[in-house]
Amino acid sequence: MLTYTIRRLVLSIPTLLFISIVIFLLLQLAPGDPMAQVPLTVPPEVKQQMREALGLGAPIHVQYWKWLVQFFWIEPQVFVDWLTRDSLLLGWLPDTNLYNGQLRVISWQTRSPVMDIVVQRLPQTLWVVGMSYIVGILIALPIGIYSAYRQYSLFDQAGTFISMIGFSIPPFFSGVLVIVIFSVNLGWFPSIYDTTHVVTDWASFKVQLNQMILPVMVLALQTTAQISRFMRASMLDNLNQDYVRTARAKGLKESVVVLVHVLRNSMIPIITVIALGVPSIFGGAIITETLFKVNGIGQLLLTALFANDLPMVMTLTFIFAILIVLFNLIADVLYGVLDPRIRYD
Amino acid sequence: MTDQRVNAEAELELYGALKDKEPPKEPRSQWRDVWDQFRKHKGALIGGGFLLFITLAVLIGPLIWTVDAKQLDIRNKDMRPLYTLLWDSTANTSWEKPLGSDNLGRDILATLIAGGRASMAVGWTAMILALFIGTAIGVCAGYFRRLDGPLMRFTDLFLSLPILPLLLVAVTLFRQPLRANFGPETGMFILIVGVIGITSWMQTARIVRGEILALKEREFILAARSIGTTPAKIIRRHLLPNVISPIMVSATLGLATAIITESALSFLGVGFPSDFPTWGKLLSDAVPRMEEFPERVMLPGILISLTVLSVNYLGDGLRDALDPRIRGR
Repeated sequence: MLTYTIRRLVLSIPTLLFISIVIFLLLQLAPGDPMAQVPLTVPPEVKQQMREALGLGAPIHVQYWKWLVQFFWIEPQVFVDWLTRDSLLLGWLPDTNLYNGQLRVISWQTRSPVMDIVVQRLPQTLWVVGMSYIVGILIALPIGIYSAYRQYSLFDQAGTFISMIGFSIPPFFSGVLVIVIFSVNLGWFPSIYDTTHVVTDWASFKVQLNQMILPVMVLALQTTAQISRFMRASMLDNLNQDYVRTARAKGLKESVVVLVHVLRNSMIPIITVIALGVPSIFGGAIITETLFKVNGIGQLLLTALFANDLPMVMTLTFIFAILIVLFNLIADVLYGVLDPRIRYD
Repeated sequence: MTDQRVNAEAELELYGALKDKEPPKEPRSQWRDVWDQFRKHKGALIGGGFLLFITLAVLIGPLIWTVDAKQLDIRNKDMRPLYTLLWDSTANTSWEKPLGSDNLGRDILATLIAGGRASMAVGWTAMILALFIGTAIGVCAGYFRRLDGPLMRFTDLFLSLPILPLLLVAVTLFRQPLRANFGPETGMFILIVGVIGITSWMQTARIVRGEILALKEREFILAARSIGTTPAKIIRRHLLPNVISPIMVSATLGLATAIITESALSFLGVGFPSDFPTWGKLLSDAVPRMEEFPERVMLPGILISLTVLSVNYLGDGLRDALDPRIRGR
């Protein structure tokens, strides 16, 4: 298992390199000039100098190499420095001081390091997206279990229908729908997510909870639809197995049979599905973040795109790619760990 | 004597079992079976019917409802649909504009039809493109052993690309040159269909490859090869007709994703130009004033959702109908 994990980790390096090259070339091919917003009164020579100051004068491979070094060598140094200086976990270690003023990946919009902005935006996305994913899973599992146990019952039919609807209603429509219903007509929840809100006491916690409900609901609907389907199929596969009959014949209680014997076996594929779904939920969050004005990563990507901020776009897209590759790997490894029948060696 | 009679009786019994007790049924074609199974799935039937209805409505609709979708009629702007009369008799409605008009007086029914035309055209074309690429790569990887490794690595690489961010990047960055070369609408159409097609062929390729790998080892392929059939002909005559069912199922999934992706791009503001309606664009344009005119959000949203829902049900039914193990039960 360990050798398999190491092999996959090593193999993911060329994959990530390939993806970074694809993204980089795509951005290079694109027209669009970071100097487009600069006033026309600035003379062309000055504009050219400004371009070169942004690192645009160098040949493509030099630019790519610089980005690579900045992202994989200098940014980790900054991160390690931060860990040993300010973080609670490793703050007791002596300061490493690896980073001493080299050029980091700089955003063209704000002229500040891209990673700093990403770190600022990340908590918002993680709160909303992560919470919705957890809520979605918590709703989906019981639905899937019960509709498999009572296959073709009224509950199962209704569950199938609702998850079909969850599949089919795109988030930009379900989001608008819940805003119209709960925010405009009923006035229960705000339609705009206030990212500057700080939780200090019980009242502010309730405000935070209130503003999170709508975006979480929209994202959780999709998660629930998918995972409850998978859960149902997986439970159905296991309910007809011989070991279930044996367990019943031993005189075990029905709840033990279903919730211990069958559930544990059917959770194996579900956990990999859950792991595989994490990166795609980040992608889907772009729309939800735009809709509820959440100041997260997806919204950052959109504004960077419209502002032609190529380093920011490059870094963010690459972070999404890392997430996908990482969670694919986690899913595969988990599958092997949980199911002793599967041997990768 | 008695022995002989017993023997004869035993023989009669033996052969009697082989005789047909009822007149043989008429031979049935495969597609007849498929249709019979498909008909049992109510949801699929309704879904297929609705998809057909929507497709016909956006194709023939402009011939029946001949109002131009881009016609401005500023005097009759912000009209409500006729059904608002049910609860509000003072609403600003008119029989001329059964679903009302938008803030520039454009007829909403006409824009919905035009928007549906664009959405369905993008959906179908992107799906066919993705299917074409996916089938080609899947067949090549499954049939030619030397291509299998590289092509499947390539597919895996594509699967680990972040699709929605890349779509956004591609559409935003390549808008200008394509618009300049092909005109604003055709250029955007080519771009959106192209990027959706190029980023959604991977599942089809995987499924087709798996099927081809299994089929390749069967006797009829061996027979075809031993009489000297060329690989191209084996693929066309023997392999492709046998993988048509998984391709059809992934086609329905592809259509649903393509419609949603196009609407999502339009919603995020990177889709078609602003005067060219699609369902996603109509929806996103209506969001700022949805408190006063909820129908402008609801109508395109409901149309997108219903179309995708019907396509999903259709795919569900097709999967059951085309699987010979489930069929006939």
